[in-house]
Amino acid sequence: MKWLLRFYRSSVGKKILMAVTGLVWVVFVIEHMAGNLLALKSPEAINRYAAFLKTSDEVLWTFRIGLFVALVVHVDSMVKLTALNWTSRPARYAKVSYQAASPAARTMRWGGVFLLLWLVYHILHFTTGHLHPDFSHTDVFNNVSVAFQSGGKVASYAAAMVALAFHLYHGVWSMFQTAGANHPHVEKPRRWLATAIAILIPVGFLTVPFAIFFGIIG
Amino acid sequence: MNLTLHVWRQAGPSEAGRLVTYDAPDVSPEMSFLEMLDVVNERLIERGQEPIAFDHDCREGICGSCSLVINGVPHGPRRGTATCQLHMRTFSDGDHIWIEPFRARAFPIVRDLIVDRSAFDRIIQTGGFIGVSTGSAPDANAIPIPKAVADRSMDAAACIGCGACVAACPNASAMLFTAAKISHLGLLPQGRPERTKRALAMVQRMDLEHFGGCTNYGECHTACPKEIPLETIALLNRDYLKASLVSRD
Ligand code: HEM
Ligand code: FES
Repeated sequence: MKWLLRFYRSSVGKKILMAVTGLVWVVFVIEHMAGNLLALKSPEAINRYAAFLKTSDEVLWTFRIGLFVALVVHVDSMVKLTALNWTSRPARYAKVSYQAASPAARTMRWGGVFLLLWLVYHILHFTTGHLHPDFSHTDVFNNVSVAFQSGGKVASYAAAMVALAFHLYHGVWSMFQTAGANHPHVEKPRRWLATAIAILIPVGFLTVPFAIFFGIIG
Repeated sequence: MNLTLHVWRQAGPSEAGRLVTYDAPDVSPEMSFLEMLDVVNERLIERGQEPIAFDHDCREGICGSCSLVINGVPHGPRRGTATCQLHMRTFSDGDHIWIEPFRARAFPIVRDLIVDRSAFDRIIQTGGFIGVSTGSAPDANAIPIPKAVADRSMDAAACIGCGACVAACPNASAMLFTAAKISHLGLLPQGRPERTKRALAMVQRMDLEHFGGCTNYGECHTACPKEIPLETIALLNRDYLKASLVSRD
């Protein structure tokens, strides 16, 4: 286990852990978004899908714990690397001029913190129902269609999806570099892939809230 | 041209520093940036003031001694150019130019614009070498190396170790420097035997020197006077991951 500790203690090792755990969440987020789109088909379709996810407690909790552990590792590395990075240049420049860093790259930390806080809210809203006025554990469609009558709720979810878009635009591209894949073969595709994911996932997620708000489904 | 310079002055490592404004009149566009500073210094000396201390040696872009963050960019605005090779024609009459030292916790200021970059030497000492048998020179081309591999190694070997990557990185990370050395040596058969040890040792030293981590901003590559490719950092990451898994130390 000494090797694992050395890996974890190094800046490069922690960054690789961020890439791997980030990928776990990217896969989850794609699956989650695709599942949500069933709400466009019919209330029964999404409710049946939600019931399917809960068929087995063992499987459900395996996935939940897996995602939770991945998030803890991701955030733990982020906190430690951020502490390292913020103390590596104690004196600032009078004149700062970014030449290459994209707005997405520069908002990874605060955007990530926002996503984390929003995630807590999101779970209390739609998973446990604590922050939902009319929550049902079986009628998922009812939960969303009640929630997204409110413009404020739609705006909150839209803000989170903008943050997700930024995070993925840099994160997915960066992931390849961190994992060591930067062959000329992947150089262009990884930019396209990151752009596509950063657009398609948030747009996919937002179609349901907007469709409900504008009365297209509901 | 007439320029106004805002230069970081600091009498010693633990002295407080500040930006001081100087006029630089009659600057010729043919001068290099360092020649312009030489002229400013001549005038300061004539007036009995301390000249501005800055690092330089070859003045032909190969030694890695010169530094300076010029208007927020290490080595100034011209891509792929070290400060000593930057010419005043890059600037316009009436410009204000901010001149600051490379800033990083691992590069403490010695005086004015001079910083101590020996942290890089210590990274090199842990792994920036290969084992060779001494004696007569080996036959040229005794070890076949594909041209494409030699080219990639050579691109990385162009690193002059100036530290602009650290100065440019918002995290003051030394990844591009370390990656250049790891790529330059690890890609060639002569550097293979130490490849695993090298990755572990150099990354460990980099962290011990308190350089920051890489967030793939890409600022290092843009500032690099030798335009070391970002691809080298991917190779470092891959070598480090592999070394962590296979090393028996
Ligand atoms: C919705 C869940 C999330 C997903 C899908 C996700 C995805 C990713 C991915 C793929 C990376 C790239 C790793 C690399 O650079 O190689 C990454 C990096 C990062 N993430 Fe996340 N992440 C999520 C949540 C968070 C949270 C909650 C935080 C902070 C509290 C965070 C902070 C960061 C930071 C600081 C980086 C490093 C960025 C860089 O390379 O500059 N992420 N994330
Ligand atoms: S003085 Fe040698 S590289 Fe600039």
